[in-house]
Amino acid sequence: MTAPETTRTRPSWRTVLVWTAISIAAAAGWGVIALVRGEEISAFWLVIAALGSYAIGYRFYARFIADKVLRVDDTRATPAERLDDDVDFQPTDRRVLLGHHFAAIAGAGPLVGPVLAAQMGYLPGTMWIIIGAIFAGAVQDMVVLFISMRRNGKSLGQLARDEIGPIGGAAALVGVFSIMIIILAVLALVVVNALAASPWGTFSIAMTIPIALLMGFYLRTIRPGRVIETSLIGVALLVLAIVAGGWVQASSWADAFTLSPQTLVFCLVVYGFVAAVLPVWMLLAPRDYLSTFMKIGTIALLAVGVLIVAPALQADAVSDFALNGMGPVFSGELFPFVFITIACGALSGFHALIASGTTPKMIQKESQVRMIGYGAMLMESFVAVMALIAACILDPGLYYAMNAPAGVLGTTVESASTAVANLGFTISPQDLQAAADAVGEESLVARTGGAPTLAVGMSEILSSVFGGDGLKAFWYHFAIMFEALFILTTVDAGTRVGRFMLQDTLGNVWKPIGRVSWKPGIWITSALVVAAWGYFLYAGVNDPLGGINQLFPLFGIANQLLAAIALTIATTVLVKSGRLKWAWVTAAPLAWVAVVTLTASWQKVFSDDPRIGFFAQRERYAEALEQGEVLAPAKDLGQMQTVVTNSTVDGVLAAFFALLVVLIIANAAWICWRALRSAEPPPSTEAPYVESRLLVTAGRATGTDESQEERP
Amino acid sequence: MTPRRLFGLVRWYLRELTGEAAYGRYLDRHRRTHPDTPALPRREFERRRTDRKDAHPTARCC
Repeated sequence: MTAPETTRTRPSWRTVLVWTAISIAAAAGWGVIALVRGEEISAFWLVIAALGSYAIGYRFYARFIADKVLRVDDTRATPAERLDDDVDFQPTDRRVLLGHHFAAIAGAGPLVGPVLAAQMGYLPGTMWIIIGAIFAGAVQDMVVLFISMRRNGKSLGQLARDEIGPIGGAAALVGVFSIMIIILAVLALVVVNALAASPWGTFSIAMTIPIALLMGFYLRTIRPGRVIETSLIGVALLVLAIVAGGWVQASSWADAFTLSPQTLVFCLVVYGFVAAVLPVWMLLAPRDYLSTFMKIGTIALLAVGVLIVAPALQADAVSDFALNGMGPVFSGELFPFVFITIACGALSGFHALIASGTTPKMIQKESQVRMIGYGAMLMESFVAVMALIAACILDPGLYYAMNAPAGVLGTTVESASTAVANLGFTISPQDLQAAADAVGEESLVARTGGAPTLAVGMSEILSSVFGGDGLKAFWYHFAIMFEALFILTTVDAGTRVGRFMLQDTLGNVWKPIGRVSWKPGIWITSALVVAAWGYFLYAGVNDPLGGINQLFPLFGIANQLLAAIALTIATTVLVKSGRLKWAWVTAAPLAWVAVVTLTASWQKVFSDDPRIGFFAQRERYAEALEQGEVLAPAKDLGQMQTVVTNSTVDGVLAAFFALLVVLIIANAAWICWRALRSAEPPPSTEAPYVESRLLVTAGRATGTDESQEERP
Repeated sequence: MTPRRLFGLVRWYLRELTGEAAYGRYLDRHRRTHPDTPALPRREFERRRTDRKDAHPTARCC
């Protein structure tokens, strides 16, 4: 039986020395990245600042939250112990659970956002990723995990209903569903932009489907349960598919895999539907194994690369676009738009869904919420720092030639070179072509969405460690494959989750559709979910102003508003359980994220600047359309109409998201006020205390299959 | 740490992470709780374990 750590011993001089050294290192890292100007600095300093800050945050702040705010109690049995059924609830080794949780929270988000935010320079993004994770993102994940764990693993929607009330609960459900649709659409858009007109990438990604099917059948019929062996076969085939992509590109088959963005949208929508209705063993489960293996492997590879190469950063610390808001990648000034663009990696509301899903049902001991909730988020934050580094080591001329919308850059290297010069950077048409040739692409002009940029940066780093220039094209397509694989896994899992939510909700109105085994019900709801994200994907692909430029802010706002909902629930629980004194731990990040997202939504809805405000944009294009004029970058009246429609829909959505969150916060504030005014505390919503009998050996794994815990 | 031990550690971690160790755990539990009834063969166990995911989707974040 583990005793709670109640006695506070004086730290040894060695501990003091180690933490002093870590603090000095972190401070030195911050000093260099914040103060050195006019010369290139090494990415090494970013890594030092990040790791040092994480160590301090984890050791001191997270422990403070666990001990003082949450009051974790290792004598209290967790739901995994009490309800252990070996299916949903089972006490799981904390390192294994950390792996599960990390694989579930980290995907393409922390890789894409920082790349786009590099437009503002490396400093604002780095600061937000590190500080945001320590004080907001990791806090949210840990507190939600704890709250859900104390309530037998309730979901975010149930928590909202129980803690805030039916209105808050309903608003949270609607919010979660619509936010998921936007997230799926934007992620799918990233894939489309990475694969359009790239036969190499398209072939490799297409091959993941037969590979996954093969793995599925192998696991089902030939070697049931041998996941590692199957995954190794899958990874080998995947690498082969990447190499083969190069052959296909050079062969006469290239045309068959050179697809337009519109065709890719069609393929993705069909794929999403099929993946959502097929049994999981065929496609979804094997893809998930493949994606997890690739994720952990590639992130480790990139970390090693960054540490060995320690490349110099080419981007400015703070770019002019941060202050004038005229950036081509996304419009708007540093505040609030850096904090919107980088969601995953600093603060991501979506994590609250994972932290209130399967993870809380598998924790052995309460104190482990620190390692699993807080620690996993710090790991994701580090992934985001590496993505930012990969984008900032690129020549800024190349960065803007890849990331400004096609409407600005045109389609040739010459037009792109001119457009980049107009933005105040230089890249010659020859250099631009050479960069594309080096990675085996036809062209890199206007490859927006972040994935191709990250892939170029990763290929720079990885090829200088492994294989030299000759392997650049391989590493580029390896990186594209790895991002697309993540995203497609998120898209098919997300479509499935969306389908269940829809079935559940519609089942209240019309019973049969709620039945999970009724095929037509499954088809109808899957089609509805796919159609919803497919609509935004299609609109994004056809938007003359650039789908990423238009939709990415909406994605960030959506994700951060989900964070606001989660932090509201967390704050309400703290207040209701008599911890008003500590409520600032979640209330402060809530206030920040509410200010950021509501400011961003406000600007997106009400700004007079047509580059920022959706309705100002709509008005400008609608007026021109009435006169029969065509405004650049639209090329004809049809495209003018597209802009008008898209900006209307996007504007309404931005307003809708903001209203939802205002509603939830107001409702929660009322509940908190009532709880504080009432003479007796509100009834506890926690599962009652049961003494823990689980003994957790805090040592290393034994290297055998023996279970890690024993019952006394 | 010896290479052998490191290999054992990695193998243990991967088996736990991928759920490959679940069948062994099931057998232990089955022997403990229902010693008189035969346990499911691995094929059937894995089949049920995977098919359960059909009705219990888990979200993947971005």
